[in-house]
Amino acid sequence: MNPFSSGTRLRDMIRAIRACKTAAEERAVVRKECAAIRAAINENDQDYRHRNLAKLMFIHMLGYPTHFGQMECLKLIASPGFPEKRIGYLGLMLLLDERQEVLMLVTNSLKQDLNHSNQYIVGLALCALGNICSAEMARDLAPEVERLLQFRDPNIRKKAALCSIRIIKKVPDLAENFINPAASLLKEKHHGVLITGVQLCTDLCKVSSEALEYFRKKCTDGLVKTLRDIANSPYAPEYDIAGITDPFLHIRLLRLLRVLGQGDADASDSMNDILAQVATKTESNKNAGNAILYECVETIMSIEDNGGLRVLAINILGRFLSNRDNNIRYVALNMLTKAMTVEAQAVQRHRATILECVKDSDASIRKRALELVYLLVNETNVKPLTKELIDYLEVSDQDFKGDLTAKICSIVERFSPEKIWYIDQMLKVLSEAGNFVKDDVWHALIVVISNASDLHGYTVRALYRALQTSTEQETLVRVAVWCIGEYGDMLVNNVGMLDIEDPITVTESDAVDAVEVAIKRHTSDLTTKSMALIALLKLSSRFPSCSERIREIIVQNKGSLVLELQQRSIEFNSILQKHQNIRSALVERMPVLDEATFSGRRAGSLPAAASTSTGTPHKLPNGIAKPAAAPIADLLDLSSDDAPAPSSSGADFLQDLLGVDLSPASAPAGTSQPPKAGTDVLLDLLSIGTSPPAQSSSSMSDILSSSQDNKAPLANLNGLTSLSSLSPTATSPMMDLLDGFGPSPQKHEENGPTYPSVVAYESSSLRMTFNFSKQPGNPQTTLIQATFTNLSPNAYNDFLFQAAVPKFLQLHLDPASSNTLPASGNGSITQNLKVTNSQHGKKSLVMRIRIAYKMNNKDVLEEGQVNNFPRDL
Amino acid sequence: MGIRFILMVNKQGQTRLAQYYEWLTLEERRALEGEIVRKCLARNEQQCSFVEHRNYKIVYRRYASLFFLVGVDNDENELAILEFIHLLVETMDRHFGNVCELDIMFHLEKAHFMLEEMVMNGSIIETSKANILTPIQLMDKAS
Repeated sequence: MNPFSSGTRLRDMIRAIRACKTAAEERAVVRKECAAIRAAINENDQDYRHRNLAKLMFIHMLGYPTHFGQMECLKLIASPGFPEKRIGYLGLMLLLDERQEVLMLVTNSLKQDLNHSNQYIVGLALCALGNICSAEMARDLAPEVERLLQFRDPNIRKKAALCSIRIIKKVPDLAENFINPAASLLKEKHHGVLITGVQLCTDLCKVSSEALEYFRKKCTDGLVKTLRDIANSPYAPEYDIAGITDPFLHIRLLRLLRVLGQGDADASDSMNDILAQVATKTESNKNAGNAILYECVETIMSIEDNGGLRVLAINILGRFLSNRDNNIRYVALNMLTKAMTVEAQAVQRHRATILECVKDSDASIRKRALELVYLLVNETNVKPLTKELIDYLEVSDQDFKGDLTAKICSIVERFSPEKIWYIDQMLKVLSEAGNFVKDDVWHALIVVISNASDLHGYTVRALYRALQTSTEQETLVRVAVWCIGEYGDMLVNNVGMLDIEDPITVTESDAVDAVEVAIKRHTSDLTTKSMALIALLKLSSRFPSCSERIREIIVQNKGSLVLELQQRSIEFNSILQKHQNIRSALVERMPVLDEATFSGRRAGSLPAAASTSTGTPHKLPNGIAKPAAAPIADLLDLSSDDAPAPSSSGADFLQDLLGVDLSPASAPAGTSQPPKAGTDVLLDLLSIGTSPPAQSSSSMSDILSSSQDNKAPLANLNGLTSLSSLSPTATSPMMDLLDGFGPSPQKHEENGPTYPSVVAYESSSLRMTFNFSKQPGNPQTTLIQATFTNLSPNAYNDFLFQAAVPKFLQLHLDPASSNTLPASGNGSITQNLKVTNSQHGKKSLVMRIRIAYKMNNKDVLEEGQVNNFPRDL
Repeated sequence: MGIRFILMVNKQGQTRLAQYYEWLTLEERRALEGEIVRKCLARNEQQCSFVEHRNYKIVYRRYASLFFLVGVDNDENELAILEFIHLLVETMDRHFGNVCELDIMFHLEKAHFMLEEMVMNGSIIETSKANILTPIQLMDKAS
């Protein structure tokens, strides 16, 4: 005998494996055994095939690959003896699955065995077929199984019934063939046949409405009688469990009755009596009895309404709920959750008990109870329930806090009756479990705070207080830092004091302290620290007395290893040092964030709508706002390279403004948008006011306070950044910005490749049209003829057109045809421009323009942004 | 389908019997067994016998050093499964005489045969211990 194939006995192998002290030892033993088995397989060893397969099953159970033994199973199945077949079929069921092609090879053996004269072999084949058959095998062997449903031995009939379930699930078309044989199984006395027959009928109802109708009409009464017989049957030792005859059969029968009664008043009616009997007579002091009661309650809840029965069912659940056994309480909570849809009022009565279950020490029960409480909440009980849950948050397990926090936040958002309550509850949650609060939740909170203008002072003071006691909750720190930055002046001066508040004395220095702590906290992450930096920048303007100290704190971060922080602090420092004149405008309070936009955006990712809806759906960005958003996106994209040409300064400046001012807004919107331009860029840009290049002599204050003309897209943005009147239209484009519009606005698409002329700029007083042409062989260069038309009744003198383009473009301006523009369109000025696009094909043209002229001897300045160039210039 | 898998695990967390009624790859099985064992074995006697895991439930019961874990669909009657576990143990008791971990280990195929007579394709076939054990006793006599 081959030394490898002889191998060890199964028992010895198991001993050897048990004796292994480490996983590595075990692997070694298994590897050796597998090698021996493979060798035996290769030699086609007959004697030990049986034993080898038994070993393989053990090895498989331990989680090692055993695919090489699959063919051995087939060989054993094909052998004539029962013991070989037995182990072969077991191996087949354990080691193979319906997805493997090897399985097809077994179809023939199965067919033979299904027709075998030995009923035990037939049983084996049925069992294997029932566990692993594929759709193809189901089609091939369905007639055999159908026939076996009428086999003389009940042990075969029961297996054939379960096998049929597999077949109709794989091939639902075959269901109708099984309806009649299944119905006849229901008349049997043998419990095994009955329980499998009932299951077959239940599954037939699932796949075929025809079957459902048939059983409903023909079998409901019979099933009711069977259930009554079982329920009333005298002691049957073989099936008795705790004084109840075959609770498993009870349960399967109740389940089938449920399927038949659902949506059918007649069928439901005919089973009312027996359900009432089961619900009242079943012993409830043992698990088996409770299992039946539980199933019975579910059936009562699912079938057509019968008031009396439902009361009975809810009472049973009430009893379950007060049971000391945790298993029973668990299923009660489970069932009450299902009952919420039909008997919400009745479930509400158990609210107090359910709430206690949320605090149970058992995680499974807590989870169920929390789900249920979540369903129980409505407008009337939201306040007490939330209070209970939040109180419990303090003492709950760490691993439960995540779930609990999410549910509380969701409840608070959905049902909050008023903003102050919402803010209060959220602050409590943040203080207790801020680390478990998801980003979108605290973003929503900031949106709500920003909208509740009468509560700004109250909120910032409450947050300041909370920050004193719980500093370890990241999201609390973030929200607090944001609010202190925005509403720090209200914190210090007790602005908007509510009656319920205790007065609080906070000095400017205290407020700065709070932010400083946040920035120096080791556990603060990048977002928190960045938010703190912005808050400091804002405070520097709100609290002039602390300005120098704030600068020092900011400067400390100049050496930060995190690029984002380093950059922000350098930028902010230079704002503080060199640009006092624009600082206050830069750090204006954020415009009110649009709740509708935010919740709309959030709804995309989250089913629960955010915010306490105030019921005022804001208009989406209107005609003016839309174009404003696009150019910025453009410019953000275009000029994010290194030092830009001075000519694009306006754009870059804007970008930086966005970087600085919008970052806190971008965080709530879920997209963090770090300022992209390098620091020296910013310095460049900020200092352009002192040495303006000829082309764009606009100083910064110019840009900030420039034209009141709303039609100029840029003006909108200026309005945005230096916003003093919080108009909703101004907020919308900002939200759009954060969406990151594509680099080219849709307008472009209208323009064909022939480059039709466009109205590049139009105000109430002036129109500028562009005509385009290309020099042949030089696609990068575009010749533009600008034509200016006067739309006002006054002539313009000293007309001067200036244009600026980003770095990747080169611009050459020819002299204008005239510097006088006659009134009312009675003539025009033309001027030729030559633009060379170094990124031709990749980026579209974009241009800032500025037109100066004298009207009635008064200087007029118009500025604008040309972004509707045809796309591929 | 009802029952998705039946596991027997000792208190060290080693699998002693695994029967799946839905196909999982070896890696999935190992991961699943690890996760479940960690979840269930950490629970104490007072806690309920049901653990929610992924999209199904585990009903488990401990007998001496052996845990019986049954994965079931969410709409399955948990109390009935608990009763089923007890029936399984009683059946094994009747055959092995006070069944222990070693009986199952060394007679893995017999334990499987018993299970085969009780559950097929995730549904219960037979609840009478005598009916379950008859074919196994016949086979023992024959060999």
